[in-house]
Amino acid sequence: MSKVWKFNNNVNTDEIIPGRFNITIIPEELAKNVFCEVSPDFAKNVQKGDVIVAGENFGCGSSREHAPIAIKASGTKCIIAQSFARIFFRNCINIGLPLLECKEVYEEINENDNVEVNIETGVLKNNTSGKEYQAQPVPSFVLKIAQAGGIIPFLREHEVEELQ
Amino acid sequence: MGTLVEEIFSRKLRKEVKAGEIVIADVDYMLTHDNTTPLAIKAWNDIAKPIKDKSKLIIVFDHAYPAPNVIAAMAQQKILEFIKEQNIPNFLRKGICHQVLIEEGFVVPGRIIIGADSHTNTYGALGCFSAGFGSTELGVAWVTGKTWFKVPHTVHVKLTGKTQRGVFAKDIMIYVAGKLGMNGATYKSLEFSGDYIENLPMHERIVFSNMSTELGAKCGLIASDKTTISYLENHTKAQGPFHEIKPINPNYEKEVEIDVSKIIPQVSCHPTVDNVKPLNELEGMQIDQVFIGTCTNGRYEDLEIAAKILKGRKVSRFTRTIITPASQAIHEKAEQNGLVKIFNEAGCTVTATGCGACIGRHGGVLAPGDKAFTTMNRNFIGRMGSAEAEIYLGSPASAAATAIEGKVADPRKYMTGEEQ
Repeated sequence: MSKVWKFNNNVNTDEIIPGRFNITIIPEELAKNVFCEVSPDFAKNVQKGDVIVAGENFGCGSSREHAPIAIKASGTKCIIAQSFARIFFRNCINIGLPLLECKEVYEEINENDNVEVNIETGVLKNNTSGKEYQAQPVPSFVLKIAQAGGIIPFLREHEVEELQ
Repeated sequence: MGTLVEEIFSRKLRKEVKAGEIVIADVDYMLTHDNTTPLAIKAWNDIAKPIKDKSKLIIVFDHAYPAPNVIAAMAQQKILEFIKEQNIPNFLRKGICHQVLIEEGFVVPGRIIIGADSHTNTYGALGCFSAGFGSTELGVAWVTGKTWFKVPHTVHVKLTGKTQRGVFAKDIMIYVAGKLGMNGATYKSLEFSGDYIENLPMHERIVFSNMSTELGAKCGLIASDKTTISYLENHTKAQGPFHEIKPINPNYEKEVEIDVSKIIPQVSCHPTVDNVKPLNELEGMQIDQVFIGTCTNGRYEDLEIAAKILKGRKVSRFTRTIITPASQAIHEKAEQNGLVKIFNEAGCTVTATGCGACIGRHGGVLAPGDKAFTTMNRNFIGRMGSAEAEIYLGSPASAAATAIEGKVADPRKYMTGEEQ
């Protein structure tokens, strides 16, 4: 069971973690200030396994990997958005923070709903409403990286060509 | 055959590739800076394999350099240890990475450059595929020398006509951002063409590629032509031969055509780049800080137009006016040609080169309630310091006029017509 934290469209990397906190790369330190300006309760109250639901273009802005690292270190299990900004999307794949794209989830799911998410199948069940959703299937090379736990564990075992 | 991005990848891979294909390609250069190198080093340490070709790494100190605090200093100390241990040849402290890479000749049409900085797109103005990545991917590419790309579909922006006096590439790009929206080219290649672009000098073309990031684009490309080649030969250390790379029978996903002759000075208003208004609707709004600089508009010509407007005038007593050249070379030229003196006499503060106030950590941080008029590419909440400050984006000419009045001002009244 996961609790939903809901965000709007175009959440940018400065909102995820303002530049002034990017002086460290310690994940737990970054997590302390995640969303500090747009959702001040998030860092205090987020529980391991919670999920983020958002609209279009989540993670736009800077290439800073501090942003997905801060979210992952907060205990967030995955992000379900209508779409993601491209650098943020790659960064999440590379660090092993699962992402799902689904239009309806954002429209129909509310903050604090209880949901169950299966990252492999992309199926999300909303226990609060009883409704089930199917997110877009994840490309196979992305699953390969995700199954290895990120690009670094993948490369320890494989060559980059094996992604193709 | 194909769009500009398809052409560049097809040439590089020596086979025809199409949008939507996932390809693995060798990269020519890999950029990281003081902000993003530490995480790349961490990724590289975790992989625990040697760097494939050290000459392809470029490390630039520009974001918070000279270090404004102990933590930043410690991060730079660690990077320097890495550079020393690994004997990395390309280590630069001459200005903002995206300006310095062009000046130093790393950027050439047809190359593939990846960078751990979202504005790496900038080199697209010279027909070079370049895109921003996260630090981990850079650490990975140090080992493999290559990375995976999904060849993007293309949004074609055709710009035609001649701009009015007082209207610059920045105004046109802000107008385009307002039309397409900050999500208008997510994952896409933005390709700029049309007679307006063809007649545009390189420093103005760069604005379009630089700001393609703000529309979500993977890259912002302009076909290389005689202007590109002449710029490379005369203003950079790049070694030829240089190629003109153009789209051939391209298949665009979306096409937008804009007549630039009707556009007047534009402003991206707080708090998003696509919150666009013509400048005259904001005239008279009080501004606490003007900032001219950055990888978007800190080039010599940008400073030159600002100096022409500020010459013999004073900036408002209550508007802090900060000018940060995009590179040491630009700063030197501005000094030699008397621009720095004009700025000093007008009451501006000229700082050392670097990203400066644009990243909100030093060099002109904003207080709560401040309104800033800047030549930056991005006006996110909290970008320049306080989350309760507001940032407005416009051209260097608009910024200079605004500095004089201490309120948003139309640059056209300070221009005689000979400036452009």
